[in-house]
Amino acid sequence: MGTEISLPTLVSWVTLFRDRIAAEQGRLTELDSAIGDADHGANMARGTAAAAAKLDETPPATVDALGKTVGMALVSTVGGASGPLYGTFFLRFGTQAAGAAALDGAALAAALRAGAEGVVARGKASAGDKTMLDAMLPAVEAFEADPSDPAAAASAAAGAARAGSDATEPLVARKGRASYLGERSAGHLDPGSVSTALLFEALAEALA
Amino acid sequence: MKKLVGEVARVVSDALTGMEAALPEIRVDHDSRVVLRATAKDPGKVAVVSGGGSGHEPLHGGFVGYGMLDAACAGEVFTSPTPDQVLAATTAVDGGAGVLHVVKNYTGDVMNFEMAAELADAAGTEVATVLVHDDVAVEDSTYTAGRRGVGLTVLLEKIAGAAAEEGRPLDDVVRVAETVSAQGRSMGMALTSGTVPAAGRPTFELADDEMEIGVGIHGEPGRRRVPLAPAAQIAEMLVEPILADADFTGAPVVAMLNGMGGSPLLELYLMYGEVAKLLDRAGVRVERRLVGDYITSLDMAGCSLTLLRADDELLRLWDAPVVTPGLRWGR
Repeated sequence: MGTEISLPTLVSWVTLFRDRIAAEQGRLTELDSAIGDADHGANMARGTAAAAAKLDETPPATVDALGKTVGMALVSTVGGASGPLYGTFFLRFGTQAAGAAALDGAALAAALRAGAEGVVARGKASAGDKTMLDAMLPAVEAFEADPSDPAAAASAAAGAARAGSDATEPLVARKGRASYLGERSAGHLDPGSVSTALLFEALAEALA
Repeated sequence: MKKLVGEVARVVSDALTGMEAALPEIRVDHDSRVVLRATAKDPGKVAVVSGGGSGHEPLHGGFVGYGMLDAACAGEVFTSPTPDQVLAATTAVDGGAGVLHVVKNYTGDVMNFEMAAELADAAGTEVATVLVHDDVAVEDSTYTAGRRGVGLTVLLEKIAGAAAEEGRPLDDVVRVAETVSAQGRSMGMALTSGTVPAAGRPTFELADDEMEIGVGIHGEPGRRRVPLAPAAQIAEMLVEPILADADFTGAPVVAMLNGMGGSPLLELYLMYGEVAKLLDRAGVRVERRLVGDYITSLDMAGCSLTLLRADDELLRLWDAPVVTPGLRWGR
C-alpha cells in the first residue's frame, strides 16, 4: 500500500499520452475517416499538445489542479465530441481527488472511476455503443480489481482497454456521427476507443 | 478545388475579420470568435445565442442582429464551438432575463453547449436550451444520435428571436422555440460534395450522373445515392419524405427552399416552382416562403427543403421586423 503515485508521475502520464497520440495521429484520422469526419487524430493531437504545454507552463500543486488544467485545455482546443468527453474525464478525475498531492492505488482507482462516470454522463452512452467507453469501462474495472500494486493494475487496465477497443470492430455505432451510418459502421474500429487505449497504455508506461 | 484563402489554418479567423469589416451591424470578439450585435439589445430581455461549425454561412453569424440572434459562436469548419466560446457569448449578451441556446442536434454541438450551460449556470446566468432535430433523412431512434439539426434552425432562430425581442420571459421564448422545433421538418440533397479548405479535396465522391438524397450539412451520407434526375423528380424526393413524416395540412406553412452554397438562384427558384406545385397538390397551404442560401455546406451544389407547420402566433413572429446581414425585413 506504500506505493504513492506522485504529481510528476501523473504529469508524465499526460505527456506520454500526448506522445502516443502524436505517433498515432495519422492512424486515428484514417479510422475516423471510415466512420466519422476524419478529424479525430488532428483534434486529439492539438488538444493533448495544448494540455501538456499548460502543465509545463503552470505546474499543478494538486491532483485536482492537474485535472482542471488538462480538462479545460482539452475542452477548449479539441472541439467536436472528443473535447467535452476527454475534458470531462480529466475534470472529474481531478475533482474526485480534490486537495491531494499524491495518490495511492485505491485513490487512483476511484479517480479513474469518477472520470469514466463523467464520460458516461456526458456522452449518454453505455458499453456496446461502439464508443470510447468500450475501452474505458473495462480498463477501469481491470484497474479496480487489484489497485494495491498500481503498476500491475495499470498494465492490466491497458490490456483491457486495447481488448475493449479491438472488440468495437464488429459493432454497429449507436452514438456520435458514426451512428448515421447504421449497419455500414460495422467492420471498423471505433477511433475514440483506440485513443482511449492509448490513454491507458500511457498510464501503464508512466507507472511502470 | 480552387479556394479564396490565405493561410488555411486561419480561414475562420480571417473570415470573421472580413465579416466585421463588411457588416456594420455586427462586431466580433476575435479572442473568443463570437459574432455580436454592434448595438446590444435592451437589458431585461432574453438573449438568444447559437453557433456551430463554420462553413454554413450565413448561418449563424449572418443572423446576428435586431429580432434574431444576440450572439453566434464560430467553431472551426464543420467542428462545433468549444464551451469557453459559448460561455463568452452567453455572458456577453445576458441582459438579466436569461439566455436561450439554440443547438443543432449533433453530438459535439450538444455536449459543448451543455458544458457551457453548466458553466454559465454556475456563474449565475440562467440558460435554457432548445434542440433542433428536423432532418427526416435520419432515422430517429434510441439507437442513433437522433435526427440532425439542419434547415429548421434558420426559422427557429428568426421566430425565437422575435419572441425575445418582444420582451417575453425566458419560459415563453422557450415554449415558442419548442413549438417550432416540434413542428418543422427538412430534407436535403446534393449534386456535388463541398470541399473543406483544410482538406482541399471533396468530402465525398459523387459521379457526374449521381446525386445523394438525404445528405447532411457536413456531407454526411444520406438515405441513398441515386441517378441524377430532372428537377421535378428531385422535388418529389424532398417533399414526399417530409409529408410522410408529419402532417402539414390544415394550418399555414412556412417553406424554405435552401441552397447548399454551390447552386445558383436560377436553379433554386426553378426547384421552388416544382416544390410549390407538389405542395399545392398535397393540400399544403404555404403562407410564407424563403428561397436562397441560408444554411450552406461550403460549395456543395444541391438544396434542402424545410417546412414548418405554423399558426397565427408563429406567423406574426415570423413577420416581425428583423435586421441581420442574412435576413432583413419590416423595419
